[in-house]
Amino acid sequence: MFQTVGKSVPRKEGREKVTGQATYVDDITFPGMLMGATVRSPVARGRIRNIEFPDDLPWEQFTIVTAKNIPGQNSVALISDDQPYLAGEFVNHPEEPVVLLAHPDKYLVEKARQAVHLDIDPLPGVFGIEESLAKQQIIWGEDNILKAFVIEKGDVDGVWEEAAHIIEGEYRTGAQEQLYIETNGMIAIASPENGITIWGSMQCPYYVHKALLKAFPLPPEKIRIVQMETGGGFGGKEDYPSMLAGHAALLAWKSGRPVKMVYDRAEDLAATTKRHPSRTRIRSAVTAQGKLLGQDIEFVLDGGAYATLSAVVLSRGAIHAAGPYHCPNVRIRSSAVATNAPPHGAFRGFGAPQSIFAMERHMDQVARAVGIAPEELRRRNFLHAGEATATGQVIREKVKLEHLLDRALELADYHSKTKAFAEQNQHSRVKRGIGFASFMHGAGFTGSGERYLQSVAGLEALADGRVRILASSTEIGQGTNTILAQIVAETLSINYDQVEIPRPDTNEVPNSGPTVASRTCMVVGKLLESAAIGLKQTLTKAELLDENYSGGDFAGACARYIERFGPLKSFCQYQAPPGIHWDEETYSGDAYGAFAWAVYIAEVSVDTVTCEITVDDFVALQEVGRVIHPVLAAGQIEGGVAQGIGYAIFENVVWKNGRMANAQMTNYIMPTSVDVPRIRVYFEEIPYEYGPLGAKGIGELPIDGPAPAILNAIENATGLPVNEVPLMPEMLMRALERAKAPLEASVG
Amino acid sequence: MRVYVPDYTLEAPGTVDQVLRLLAREPGVWRPMAGGTDLMVLFEAGQLPYRNLVGLWRIPELRGITASETHVTLGALTTYTQIQRSELMRAEFPLLVRAASWTGAVATQNRGTLAGNIANGSPAADSPPALLVYDADIVLLSERDPRWLRYSHFHTGYKTNLMEPDEIISHISLPRTTAGCVHYLRKVGTRKAQAISKVALAGLAKINDGTIERIRIALGSVAPMPIRCHQTEAVLVDRELDRATIEEAKAAIVTEISPIDDIRSTAEYRTRVTVNLLDEFLTSLLP
Amino acid sequence: MGKLRIELHVNGHKRTVESYPMARLLDVLREDLGLTGTKEGCGEGECGACAVLLDGELVNSCLVPVLQVDGRNILTVEGLEKNGHLHPIQEAFAETGGTQCGICTPGMILASYQLLEQYPHPTDEQIRAGLAGNLCRCTGYQKIFDAVRQASQRTAGDE
Repeated sequence: MFQTVGKSVPRKEGREKVTGQATYVDDITFPGMLMGATVRSPVARGRIRNIEFPDDLPWEQFTIVTAKNIPGQNSVALISDDQPYLAGEFVNHPEEPVVLLAHPDKYLVEKARQAVHLDIDPLPGVFGIEESLAKQQIIWGEDNILKAFVIEKGDVDGVWEEAAHIIEGEYRTGAQEQLYIETNGMIAIASPENGITIWGSMQCPYYVHKALLKAFPLPPEKIRIVQMETGGGFGGKEDYPSMLAGHAALLAWKSGRPVKMVYDRAEDLAATTKRHPSRTRIRSAVTAQGKLLGQDIEFVLDGGAYATLSAVVLSRGAIHAAGPYHCPNVRIRSSAVATNAPPHGAFRGFGAPQSIFAMERHMDQVARAVGIAPEELRRRNFLHAGEATATGQVIREKVKLEHLLDRALELADYHSKTKAFAEQNQHSRVKRGIGFASFMHGAGFTGSGERYLQSVAGLEALADGRVRILASSTEIGQGTNTILAQIVAETLSINYDQVEIPRPDTNEVPNSGPTVASRTCMVVGKLLESAAIGLKQTLTKAELLDENYSGGDFAGACARYIERFGPLKSFCQYQAPPGIHWDEETYSGDAYGAFAWAVYIAEVSVDTVTCEITVDDFVALQEVGRVIHPVLAAGQIEGGVAQGIGYAIFENVVWKNGRMANAQMTNYIMPTSVDVPRIRVYFEEIPYEYGPLGAKGIGELPIDGPAPAILNAIENATGLPVNEVPLMPEMLMRALERAKAPLEASVG
Repeated sequence: MRVYVPDYTLEAPGTVDQVLRLLAREPGVWRPMAGGTDLMVLFEAGQLPYRNLVGLWRIPELRGITASETHVTLGALTTYTQIQRSELMRAEFPLLVRAASWTGAVATQNRGTLAGNIANGSPAADSPPALLVYDADIVLLSERDPRWLRYSHFHTGYKTNLMEPDEIISHISLPRTTAGCVHYLRKVGTRKAQAISKVALAGLAKINDGTIERIRIALGSVAPMPIRCHQTEAVLVDRELDRATIEEAKAAIVTEISPIDDIRSTAEYRTRVTVNLLDEFLTSLLP
Repeated sequence: MGKLRIELHVNGHKRTVESYPMARLLDVLREDLGLTGTKEGCGEGECGACAVLLDGELVNSCLVPVLQVDGRNILTVEGLEKNGHLHPIQEAFAETGGTQCGICTPGMILASYQLLEQYPHPTDEQIRAGLAGNLCRCTGYQKIFDAVRQASQRTAGDE
């Protein structure tokens, strides 16, 4: 059916990556380049009294920048511009940047960084959600609340009387570090005369552009942002690059020299954003048969010291909190609260892993209370086409969650394993279990977000028939370059090799929006599909191309067009699919154009001698519209599942007074090749009318499922109702001891 | 990287005499470096207290695994990869082979040395529990007379040991007395590979007709240094192995350990797991 | 201490550098020799992105002081391609999806190289253990295992 789409064509930049030729920011140098370093606050909160530069260093050789040296606004433009580039009078989190230094000698600049002494009068800090809500110290705004809103459907207060069962639970998730293997890095050249150019590791060149516009007195056309090959992002390079680019630019502006700033791992871990920790409380009313009558959900995120992205993380998390279930009465009270930790930020899933963890753990508790199997409870409550979500969005997709559930359970051999494990566990110290999570993930920006972005993407055809993609969407490993080229090649009926996608450079490409929110394929791909159709129409209207043309015809047509009329370009700007309505005031309506739907199943074993948890098998089944590139699509799922496994049982941020105490890869534990099971990935495709060739977004979906599936499996294995991730063996051991469950079997 | 590289001196003399002369001339100033995998991590974190380092890698006498009838000798520079590849080690000292396979991953195992691990003295190091149950001896060289120490006496506290500042480890000697023994080693790490140990228990036992003829038990990560569990061994030796004896041994081992809460784990967990591992080991010895 | 003259053989060529003896081999390769294919991921010997082969053995170059490699042979990712032809391991990584963002790829390819030297037909367990010191955040390792298996079949076919 398709020529290019649906095939695993070679990755566009694959050869460069396997030969070591791919150019990341730390791979390039400029003549006369200085190395930059950041002096950071050692305390969580306080007033800066003095900055001391000890005598024994040649400070006259250094470029030194503080808050006073910022030519424009001292804030990193994002949503509410409350985060400064450099702390002025007060610091509000450990590692907050205060002084920037630059010097040609990378060793000396590090020595100098350690030598600068910040004299800070400490103030009492607020750590964790409970302390923030207690409001004994107000550290942000009037009440520590960065953002709050309520989603309401029906009348949840009226359901408790008639409920056969009322089930309450509290679920917590910890911070998670994105842990891209390439740390954050930027190079800046900057001057009032020539403007600013930034090369760096990033997901969103136009976010960086917007941020520098506020910090420097320059017109937009004098700020140029170029994305280098980027070694992973996962959201961790969504907003933080604006901070680092600003720092590099400030040093370049003051010194008149190119400045490179690349974080070492310890700095990147301690100072940059993490996934928001969360606390979710759910109270559910169900009938005797287990049908949901009402869900009262309180969803709280720890935002760290500044607002940054918390409002939107909260938004996505809250909208996903009620799960893929039909419930007539729902209330979701959501808030993001301030604490004296480095601001939390974007990480794949963006609020949804937190709230979906809670709901999927909770549903297993509900099933237990009602006395039916967890899969049966889901079947009785799944959303169907024509039914409405918590925000009142009527599902128009023809997905059948019951079918996905059945198929996943079969693929995982769920029922026979459940039986076998129950039998085996009676005689074994190693307890085995199996559990699942059913969930959905909305693709694209929430609500009116895509309308607000007004993304533009386009194409330019050259005389030899090559077509260049003009978009600011970044390749960060997920396959942007490849799939966008496939979509264009397919639509134009030309070879994949004829389509090129140059490095995103704000001088050269329009703003197709940030590379986040699982939108690159579905939204930007759609823009390019439309631009390609527009390009074809231009040629056919000029009578240079017939309806049924060949690849060779295409090149000829382009050549003739260009000769006659000049450059051949086609752009498309985002238009919302028809019938999408979102009300920002009441937080109701169509939150997303499309959802991907999934059922994930985890098989675990728990060795009760040590309470070490092993994930032995993993099934990931999802409906995604259209699979553009089978290998890349599976790669997204596998990578997301591995991160989800880390989120569930390995990745623990140890906090000491707002600072990450385990800021080393030795002590922040992500899974190795030995720690991941075989991850079995299956796709179903129900083409989405408004996606390119039917495709929806899938980048974030896979990290939503593993944590609840794994914890459901652990409860299945051990009988222990564990409701917190990361679930460390220490916690499980304590739960085991407390339960004194009859799990100690005599092994004879 | 948190260090001012130009401040550091590294020399790599070609003979052992040159190394020893350097150490004797300025005791406490020079720190020997073997593979460098431990020291370089500290160095890059800005936590290496030594500015002067002397590399041992050019010294041939410190290499090689040799055997006599009664002992196997591991040169100080023996790497974890070499331990794993030695048929002799696999046959007679399997716990050291296993520990070597658990130390970091392949790249670390190719560079890291047994002596380096011992001298670094981390209580969480993987080889020491195995060395302890195998009754290892350490030979130290200096310009003075060589010294022969029981490895079980070598560590005196957290990262302190009996080595003088002018000494290097020459080799580790293992008595070939493991025939007929049951070997046990289990490490509980932060993940299944390339992990720092939270608890590790090594055991070596010879059972004769239901009686414990010989028993060695050693632990890592539950005290300021790797430890032999003498009291637990005393409870078990020459006793008939049954459930009651096992419970007595479990009670004893708790008194021998002093685990802490740290960024990786808790004292409570370490204590519970120590007891569980001992139970697992001793239970496996029951007929 | 000042800089020393150190001679090393990199990808078959003799190279001479003036370096502090405690300078990391990683930095010497990247900055003095312009071989930026070897990457820094952690500076602690945990991630393996900096892995190179030293006299045929996989090492983390962030933990190797350059004095240690005086007179020694080093193979970096740049040394695998021969006359424009990719090594079968490189091809396999590109074809199977074993590389996504690419930052772990050079180290991962060299770790696979040593693995296949030691075990030309590795079991799943041997593959996992052989790559345990190379962390990948993008792939979940599944397609890296596929790449190693494919490379093993291709190189075995040449024997």
